[in-house]
Amino acid sequence: MSQTGSNKDVSEENLPSEQATAHEGAMGVPPRTKSLGEVADDPFADPGLPPHEPRVQDIDKRAAKRSERTVALLFTVSMLATVGFIASYVVLPIDKIVYVWPFGHISALNFALGLTLGLALFCIGAGAVHWARTLMSDEEHAQERHPIEAPPEVKAQVMADFKQGAEESGMGRRKLIRTTLFGALAMVPLSGVILLRDLGPLPEGKLRHTLWSKGKLLVNQNTNEPLRPEDVGVGSLTFAVPEGLEEDDHDFQKEVAKAALMIVRIQPEDIKDKRELDWSHEGIVAYSKICTHVGCPISLYEQQTHHVLCPCHQSTFDLSDGARVIFGPAGHALPQLRIGVNKDGYLEALGDFDEPVGPSFWERG
Amino acid sequence: MSTSSTNPAGGTDGRKAPAGERVADWADGRLGIYGLAKANMRKIFPDHWSFMLGEIALYSFIIIILTGVYLTLFFHPSMNEVEYHGSYVPMHGILMSEAYASTLDISFDVRGGLLIRQIHHWGAIVFLAAMLVHMMRVFFTGAFRKPREINWLFGFLLLVLGMFTGFTGYSLPDDLLSGTGVRFMEGAVLSVPIVGTYLSFFLFGGEFPGTDFVPRFFSIHVLLLPGIMLGLLVAHLILVFYHKHTQFPGAGKTNKNVVGMPLMPVYMAKAGGFFFLVFGVISAMAAIATINPIWALGPYRPDQVSTGAQPDWYMGFSEGLIRIMPGWEINLWGHTLVLGVFIPLMIFPLVLAAIAVYPFIESWVTGDKREHHILDRPRNAPTRTAFGAAWISLYWVLLIGGGNDLWATHFHMSINAITWFVRVGFFAVPVLTFIVTKRICLGLQRRDRDTVLHGRESGIIKRLPHGEFVEVHEPLGQEQLHALTQHHQYQPIEAGPVVDENGVERKRTMAEKLRAKLSQGYYGQDSQIPKPTVEEYQEITSGHGHH
Repeated sequence: MSQTGSNKDVSEENLPSEQATAHEGAMGVPPRTKSLGEVADDPFADPGLPPHEPRVQDIDKRAAKRSERTVALLFTVSMLATVGFIASYVVLPIDKIVYVWPFGHISALNFALGLTLGLALFCIGAGAVHWARTLMSDEEHAQERHPIEAPPEVKAQVMADFKQGAEESGMGRRKLIRTTLFGALAMVPLSGVILLRDLGPLPEGKLRHTLWSKGKLLVNQNTNEPLRPEDVGVGSLTFAVPEGLEEDDHDFQKEVAKAALMIVRIQPEDIKDKRELDWSHEGIVAYSKICTHVGCPISLYEQQTHHVLCPCHQSTFDLSDGARVIFGPAGHALPQLRIGVNKDGYLEALGDFDEPVGPSFWERG
Repeated sequence: MSTSSTNPAGGTDGRKAPAGERVADWADGRLGIYGLAKANMRKIFPDHWSFMLGEIALYSFIIIILTGVYLTLFFHPSMNEVEYHGSYVPMHGILMSEAYASTLDISFDVRGGLLIRQIHHWGAIVFLAAMLVHMMRVFFTGAFRKPREINWLFGFLLLVLGMFTGFTGYSLPDDLLSGTGVRFMEGAVLSVPIVGTYLSFFLFGGEFPGTDFVPRFFSIHVLLLPGIMLGLLVAHLILVFYHKHTQFPGAGKTNKNVVGMPLMPVYMAKAGGFFFLVFGVISAMAAIATINPIWALGPYRPDQVSTGAQPDWYMGFSEGLIRIMPGWEINLWGHTLVLGVFIPLMIFPLVLAAIAVYPFIESWVTGDKREHHILDRPRNAPTRTAFGAAWISLYWVLLIGGGNDLWATHFHMSINAITWFVRVGFFAVPVLTFIVTKRICLGLQRRDRDTVLHGRESGIIKRLPHGEFVEVHEPLGQEQLHALTQHHQYQPIEAGPVVDENGVERKRTMAEKLRAKLSQGYYGQDSQIPKPTVEEYQEITSGHGHH
C-alpha cells in the first residue's frame, strides 16, 4: 500500500529539506565537506556538519537589541529582588504567620525571603541563558578527539623508565627489604583499627536485661501513676514504664528503649495461649512495646481482634495468642512480662523479661 | 609570549598592558594558566537537554555545601537533654536533646534559618534525584563504555555516598521520625551474624540510642562523607574534561570529533546561568513547600512513634526490602541467624552493585576494546535498555513496598495484599519489564529500518490511475539516513571450536560458554533487527521497489 522512492508528485519547494537548501544558497554558506560523488555511492554516508542557520538576532539588529534589553531587564529584576530580600529580612517579624493561597498558613518571613532569593537567583540564570542563546554565537564547531591511550612509543618509554627505576631501587633483588616493607605497611594500619576499640563498650549481656525486676510497679506512662487492675479497661491500650524511671534520668532513653510496656485487658477465656494466661493478671497482659523486627515501638491496637501493628514495617502480633507474629517481617513473638498484683492492689512485675526484648541478634539464641 | 619576562611592565609595542593581562601574566608565571586556558577556554561541549541532568546534581551539591556551612553555625550536635524554652510555644518545657532544640532555634529564632534549612533539605532531595536520573541517562545511552567506565564508578560512588550523607543528615535533628530511622538502622546492624551486636555497640557508644550518635553522625555528615564526595566530584569533572563529552549521532558527528559550542562564552553563560536557575528554583521550593517539619514531630523517644513513618525517598527502596521480607529466623546452637533482616541488608548493596558493574559485564560480552564517544540510541541496544528498565522497575516495586502503608491508607487497599504484590513483583516485574522493553526496542528498530528503506509517511494520499489509493512516502534526507544507520551492530560470538586448529580436542571453559550465551542473548537473531544495507536501500529506491 505504500509507494517509495519518489516524491515527484509533491511540490518540491514546499518540502522542508528543499527550503533548507534554498536558504543555504541565499545565505552563501559554503557547501558541505563531502563531495556529491561520495554521497551517491553511499546514501548513508555522513553528510558532514549542516550549515549554520542564522537566528533572527543574527540578521535583525532590532531583535538583537530586544534581546539585550530582555537580558538587562532580567538582571535588573534580580537586583530588585535582592533589595526585596533585605527589606523582608528587616521588616518582617520572624513569627508572623500569613495565609497565602494555595499554601495555607505559612511563615511570612520564610515565604518572602525564599521567593525574593529565588527570584534574584533565577533571574541571573535566566538572563545569562537568554544572552547565550540569543546573542552569543551559536555556530557549532567541531574539535578533534585524541585517543585516551598513549601511543606505543610513549608506552615503551614509560615501561623502560619504570624498569630502570625498579632496577635502581633494587626492589626485585633485595627480597628482604621488600618483604619487611610490605610487612610493615600491612601492619601499621592495625594501630588505627585498635584505636577504634573504645568507640563503645562490649555488648556482653546488656541486651538481655531491662529495668524490670520482681516487685517493680507498672507506672502509667501518661499519668505517671502506678497502675491498678481496675485502671485497665477492656479494649484500651495502656503504655507503662517501670517505677523509678524518670524522664530526666541520665540513661532514660536507653532504659525506656528496652523497658517500654504495652498493657491490654483480654477476657481470660479469649486468651488462647496457656503461658500467656498464667503470666497475666485476670486477663491483663503486659508485652514489650518494642517490635522484635527492628525495634520500632508498636502502637496500633485493634481491640476487637487483639492484634497490634507496628506502624514502621507492619509486623502484626496477636496479643491473645502469645503475641505470635501473624503478618509482616518480624521473626518472633513479643516478649511477655509476668505480672501480678501486690498487697496494696497495684500491678507489679514478677521478674524481668525471660528473653531479650527488641530486634534479634546473633547471641540471642 | 615571552615578552613578559623581558619586558615585565609592558606589551609588545612598549605600551603598558591592561591590568587584567598583567594579573594573568603574573599568575601564568606561577601557575602556568595560559597552557590550561589554551586547552580549555574554547573547549567544545555538545548540546543536549539530557546533559544538564548531571549539572543539576553538581549545582545542588554546591548549594548543599553552601547552606550546610551556614547551618553548622547554629546547629549543636549534642545529645545532652535540655528543657526547651525557645520561641515555639507548643514545645515549652519539653525535654529534648540539644540537637533537636537547636534545630527548633534554627527554624524559629534565626531569621532565614528555616529557609536555609529547607533549601538544604530540598537540595539533598534534588541532588539524589538528579544523580539517579543522570546515571540513567548515561546508562541508556551507553555513555559508560570505554573510556568512561571509571567515571561511571566515580559517579556510582557519589550516588551511594550521597544516600548515606543524606541519611546521616536527616538523622541529626534527633526528631521522632529520624530517630525511628536510626533505630531501624540499629536493628539492621544487630542482625549481622557474629559481629552485629559489636558493630551496634561501637557505632552507638553502647546501647541504643545512647548519647553519641548525633555527634558521630555529624562528623560523618559534614566532614567524612562530603570530603570524599568532593574528591570524587573533582575527579569526575576532570575526567569529563579529559575524555571530552559524548555526543548523540548525527550529521558531522563522528567518534573522532566533538561538535558543539565553546566553553567560553556559550557554556560559561549557559552552565553558569543554569547554576543560578537551579539555586533559584530550589529556593522557591523552600519558600513554598515545607520539608521535614521537625517541630510537628517532637523530639525522639525510643518508646514513641508516629504512623506513616517514611525515610527520604532515596532510602525508600531499602525500606521496601525490609518491609516485604518474611520474618525468617533460624535458631541453632544457641545462636540466632536473623535472615528476615540480614537478607534485605545484603540485597540492598547488591541492588546497587548490579547497576554499578554492568559496564564491565557488557564490555566483557562484546569484547569491544574501542573508544566510544557517540551515544547509542537506547533502542539500538535492546538488551542493555531492557536491563536498565528492569532495574528501574525493581527500584519502583521496592519503593511501593517501602510506602506500603501509604498506599494502603491513600488508596484504601489491603496492606497484606500490597505486601504480597511486592513480594511476587520483586521477582516477576523486572522479568516482565525486561521482556516488554526488549520487544519495544526491537519494534522501534523495525520502524527505523522501515523508515530508512521506505521513507516517512507524508500523510498525502494519492489516487493511482486505476483507482487505488496509496500514501506517499517521503524519502529521508541524508542526515536522517545517516543518523538512523550509523550505529554499529555486533555479531554474536561463538564459544570457539571444540577442536582446535591442530585437531586436538579442547575444553571450552565455563566462562567462555557463558560469554557466548550472553553474546547470543545480546546480539543474536532475536535481539536485534539487522539495519538496512546500502544495497537494500538502493534496490528499493531504484524504482523497481513497488510493493
